[in-house]
Amino acid sequence: MKLSKVLMATTALAFSAGAALASESITVVSWGGAYTKSQVEAYHKPWMAKTGNQVVSEDYNGGLAEIKAQVEAGTVTWDLVDVELSDAIRGCDEGLLEEIDHSILPAAPDGTPASEDFIEGALSDCAVANIVWSTVFAYDSSKTPGVDSIDDLFDLEAFPGKRGLRKNPKSLLEMALMADGVPASDVYATLETDEGVDRAFAKLDTIKDSVVWWEAGAQPPQLLADGEVVMTTAYNGRIFNAAAGEGKPFEVVWDGQIMDFDLWVMPKGAPNKEAALDFLAYSTDTQRLADQASWISYGPARKSSGPLVGLYNDGKTEMGPHMPTAEANLANALVNNFEFWADNQDELNERFNAWLAK
Amino acid sequence: MTDTSGPLLAADGTPLKKRLAQAMFRSRARAFGLAFPLIAFIIVVFILPIIFLLWQGIYDARYSRLMPTSTAAMADWDAVSPPTEEMAAAMVADLVKARENKTIGQVATRVNRELSGTRSLFTKSARSAKKMEAPYMEALIKKDKDWADIEVWKAIKIASVKYNPGYVASALDLKYNADGSFERQDEDRRIHLMLFWRTIEISFLVTVFCLILGYPVAFLLSTLPTKTSNLLLILVLLPFWTSLLVRTTAWIAMLQAQGVMNDLFVVFGLATDEDRFSLIYNKTGTLIAMTHILLPFMILPLYSVMKTIPPSYTRAAKSMGATNWTAFWRVYFPQSVPGIGAGALLCFILAIGYYITPALVGGQDGQMISNIIDFHMRKSLNWNLAAALGLVLLVFVLFLFWIYDRVVGIDNMKLG
Repeated sequence: MKLSKVLMATTALAFSAGAALASESITVVSWGGAYTKSQVEAYHKPWMAKTGNQVVSEDYNGGLAEIKAQVEAGTVTWDLVDVELSDAIRGCDEGLLEEIDHSILPAAPDGTPASEDFIEGALSDCAVANIVWSTVFAYDSSKTPGVDSIDDLFDLEAFPGKRGLRKNPKSLLEMALMADGVPASDVYATLETDEGVDRAFAKLDTIKDSVVWWEAGAQPPQLLADGEVVMTTAYNGRIFNAAAGEGKPFEVVWDGQIMDFDLWVMPKGAPNKEAALDFLAYSTDTQRLADQASWISYGPARKSSGPLVGLYNDGKTEMGPHMPTAEANLANALVNNFEFWADNQDELNERFNAWLAK
Repeated sequence: MTDTSGPLLAADGTPLKKRLAQAMFRSRARAFGLAFPLIAFIIVVFILPIIFLLWQGIYDARYSRLMPTSTAAMADWDAVSPPTEEMAAAMVADLVKARENKTIGQVATRVNRELSGTRSLFTKSARSAKKMEAPYMEALIKKDKDWADIEVWKAIKIASVKYNPGYVASALDLKYNADGSFERQDEDRRIHLMLFWRTIEISFLVTVFCLILGYPVAFLLSTLPTKTSNLLLILVLLPFWTSLLVRTTAWIAMLQAQGVMNDLFVVFGLATDEDRFSLIYNKTGTLIAMTHILLPFMILPLYSVMKTIPPSYTRAAKSMGATNWTAFWRVYFPQSVPGIGAGALLCFILAIGYYITPALVGGQDGQMISNIIDFHMRKSLNWNLAAALGLVLLVFVLFLFWIYDRVVGIDNMKLG
């Protein structure tokens, strides 16, 4: 899949090289599947048409390992990478990422400077957010009707069957606490304490034997479709695309959703820095972010993009209610606390792994 | 007459012994010259990188390189008495410099590995370190009361040790303390020893299953006429030509709850539709898939050894009154032992380092130590710990090899 893409891209490049010697090629890395498709449609294609440059799209599974390996070996081949917030902060801390000058970002159409147009937390030293996404849980309404709260994910009696969970303590511990009755506003304060962590793991213990663990974002819709699980945590956009795009009877439960950013970062020593920065500024302008939302149900990171979001590309589904940021979906929502995770992920990962292996 | 008491001379008058040595040296040099590219290649791309990476398991100069003043100031601290003003002053000086050089993130990440929460403590304090004045300890505590906690200073002390036994200790579920002592890791954070043990257990079981399944196959192959046996041998080799990933994914399709095997079980009434067997995403899945994948590594050495055992031996045994079983057990089997030794060692050592198959089909209780090494390489970026785990694994495999050599003898092994 990945290799064939690269091959296709390089072949395409080889053919076009003679014709357009002046054009540059940048490598943009993202999470694959429906999400990469939304970026290709909304960012890559118009940018290539506008500048004549090429974008080579690669997939990865998140994390900083490849970036670290490339930077430390001094052979950086990636120009821009789509990462999660905690990785953006950590990569910046560890000196793996280029600092990004926010003044290159275009202002909103009404003249609001980018620094005010982006929602809070969307801009950091080394990263510029493009979307707000959310970890939710979803179920197959044709098989398990009546699921409506985060408690149901942990309720094996009312809803027997396997659960799909992401193999990562991040978001999972928060969900466990919320299902255990901790209000969203107290979740991180509770997780700061040893008792709080114990409580989260105790809650996870109650369903541990019925869990199918997933790692790649494309897996949860597949697990649901195969009937391997009756409910699964997932990235909201993936479920939306399976439901709206492929007509699957999947429903998202917004209760207990955990919001996060996806951000562009540039590995230190990226080979085509200028073209990549141009792409970065272009792809995070107001219109592009709004366009992306017509391909996948992730919220734009700019306030000015909100009103421009229209219909899904099937021409009939209104996107507004499917955004993590929609009013109705925020009743019991949590914003991922990246500071907490940057501080505690080593310890909690260790504990999670030990818990998992037992 | 020539003088026979003198050394033998070559045609040109030099002693024959010397000429011989020269000729031998030249041919050895030539042989070495031919092998040199391969040796150099192996050293450069294989042995040196391994050594460099393993080195990280015991050496970590990140803190001491970036925070030299504070490292020096901490060197003599006993980790019991309260931290001194001198240590605080050195810390503030280093924090200022680390912030200027933008290395504070690296420092903070390093110390955070020892004590959660110190990352934000460091980055926060570094921001205002420039404005701090003596007495520095009070200034630090005023900025954040965590600086009054001796555990923070202990964590820094551990991070500042260059030749750090902490990673290897952690690979063995031990905790390295600031005063240089070791203790067992907390109960809910112990994981590595258990995984090492499980890795050995799975590898052992896979080897045994391979032997049980592979021995009859190899026997059949070696006794059939060449035409038929070649055909069957291709069937054994066929999986070799298929990607490891494809084979593993095929097992997912076969074994999952809604998969082929379970469907068959339901059809034949061995399971009910609601209560299907869990054959994958657990240890069972790992065992089945790994046994299948490693089977050729057992069959091929067995086959090559069995091929050399003359069938006349067993016939002779039978003609002298041995039963089929005795003839096999007393005559045939002992001759096939070198093949068993080679196949078992090959399977076992390959299995110990197996990674992708358990990652895909292992679920939670089918994970092996290599999956944790992978986790630390790719996810947590704690390459030091990954290296230490690799070091422990390597030492263990070498140890097994040594035992094998003592018990069976390495020269008693035939690979083909």
